[in-house]
Amino acid sequence: MANKKWASPFIIWIIAGTVIPILSIIYYGFTTRDGGFTFRNITAIFEHDHIQALGLSLGLAIASTLVCLILAIPMAMILKGSKFGKEGFMIFVFILPMWMNFLLRTMAWQVLLERAGVINSILGIFGLPPQELMNTPGAIILGMVYDFLPFMILPIYNTVSKIDDHLIEAAYDLGANKFTVYMRVILPLTVPGIVSGITMVFIPALTTFVISNMLGGGKVNLIGNIIEQEFTVNSNWYLGSGLSLVMMIFIIASMLLLNKFDKTGGQSLI
Amino acid sequence: MKKTISVIYIAIIMLFLYLPIMALVVLSFNDAKSMAVFTGFSLRWYQELFQSRMLMYAVVNTFSIAIISSLIATIIGTLAVLGLSSMKKKNQDLILAANNIPMLNADIVTGISLMLCFIILHIPLGYCTILFAHITFSIPYVVLSVRPRLNRTTDRLFEAALDLGASRGYAFRKVVLPELKPGIVSGFLLAFTMSVDDFIITYFNRGAGINTISTVIYSQVKVGIRPSLFALSTIIFVIAFVALVVVNRNSDRKGVAFNL
Repeated sequence: MANKKWASPFIIWIIAGTVIPILSIIYYGFTTRDGGFTFRNITAIFEHDHIQALGLSLGLAIASTLVCLILAIPMAMILKGSKFGKEGFMIFVFILPMWMNFLLRTMAWQVLLERAGVINSILGIFGLPPQELMNTPGAIILGMVYDFLPFMILPIYNTVSKIDDHLIEAAYDLGANKFTVYMRVILPLTVPGIVSGITMVFIPALTTFVISNMLGGGKVNLIGNIIEQEFTVNSNWYLGSGLSLVMMIFIIASMLLLNKFDKTGGQSLI
Repeated sequence: MKKTISVIYIAIIMLFLYLPIMALVVLSFNDAKSMAVFTGFSLRWYQELFQSRMLMYAVVNTFSIAIISSLIATIIGTLAVLGLSSMKKKNQDLILAANNIPMLNADIVTGISLMLCFIILHIPLGYCTILFAHITFSIPYVVLSVRPRLNRTTDRLFEAALDLGASRGYAFRKVVLPELKPGIVSGFLLAFTMSVDDFIITYFNRGAGINTISTVIYSQVKVGIRPSLFALSTIIFVIAFVALVVVNRNSDRKGVAFNL
């Protein structure tokens, strides 16, 4: 039906846009300023500031992924049971904020949390002292959860809504109680959605530098911030590339780990 | 009882999702510059928005880049799916694995690696480099949404059309394309959304002096947000709302909108 050649623009684009750039970042990661080979850009991750940033990134990313998961699973279950979900209305509700620019959404939280912002002025009406809400790790977790929650809910809902109701009925007929049905039937069938959801939340949360810059006021340094500064402020591409490679190792490791739980190979991503 | 809990839970999540957006909408009509007190209704920030050349250029850049990059990505991606179908399974798998890289990789790495290449090759950063980068990260989404539409039945239908006397071009237009169309449409919309929403990859691959909506917001956040940005968010929110209603209407419920 089609000719092999039709794929050639695509293959050229993959090579030029993906393969060569990745190779060049690997090249820079193992090179010194005068062109020699080195591991120093990689081992630089163990320097105090860098390892601290990596630890904080991992901590915040895990925390926000867990919060998203805890919020999303009941939501997906409710949507399955209700008639909203089937009508497409609730899906609409979750997609709509995603269509707004993600910087605008993060900016909205800045407006709410700022010292002279909405939440503090509401507190003021009740005679409460203003709180320092911005520039805290909590604010960053909040921003991550807000920005990425739809990416957790949608894949989980996608898999939950495809579960055959007859399986659930069969489990009840065989004498299972509600808890058993959830734990032994529904949850295992939802795993592919959960895995996609975790991937779609954890990786952007681990690597962000935008949310931490906007809600952390430059006081909270994540690994993404360090890499960004190496490229834009310090112009040290070698160190920046080396640290990026370390970050990629964490991404690949987390995906390999997650793939162990998902046998369908990320089908529910789309 | 159970129903009440469900409704309350949905209400809380909705409030969480929409309260910040609503705050922006309200503040965009605020007469004062303050982010805390509402002093009176005014459209002055909308006026400032439309008079700001920088913001208007940013809006034009954002949407022209999104339209051009998603059109090109859709064409290349669709051709790729068709071309891949006549390749050996082993080669297909290898190419599809490479196709997944930009989707699974962190945006910051994709952005930085492209920037490095442009700088090494002495290509000046600007509109064209942003466009190239956007096409690069959009193609995988097109491939992933078109590919499931092409299966053995499509091949058989195509052969049947040929046996019944259709020319290759005619059979392709009348049989294969209609089969692929829902995937092509949702791939295009995905690519478009990704492009409009992107900040990180644009940030590294834009030159000085060129802005998209995202980069304007980011630079303003550092010096202090002006309420004209709230006006811009309100307009974007309304447009997104209308666009989603239209898309939802025009698609069978489980079709396009579902995939976004």
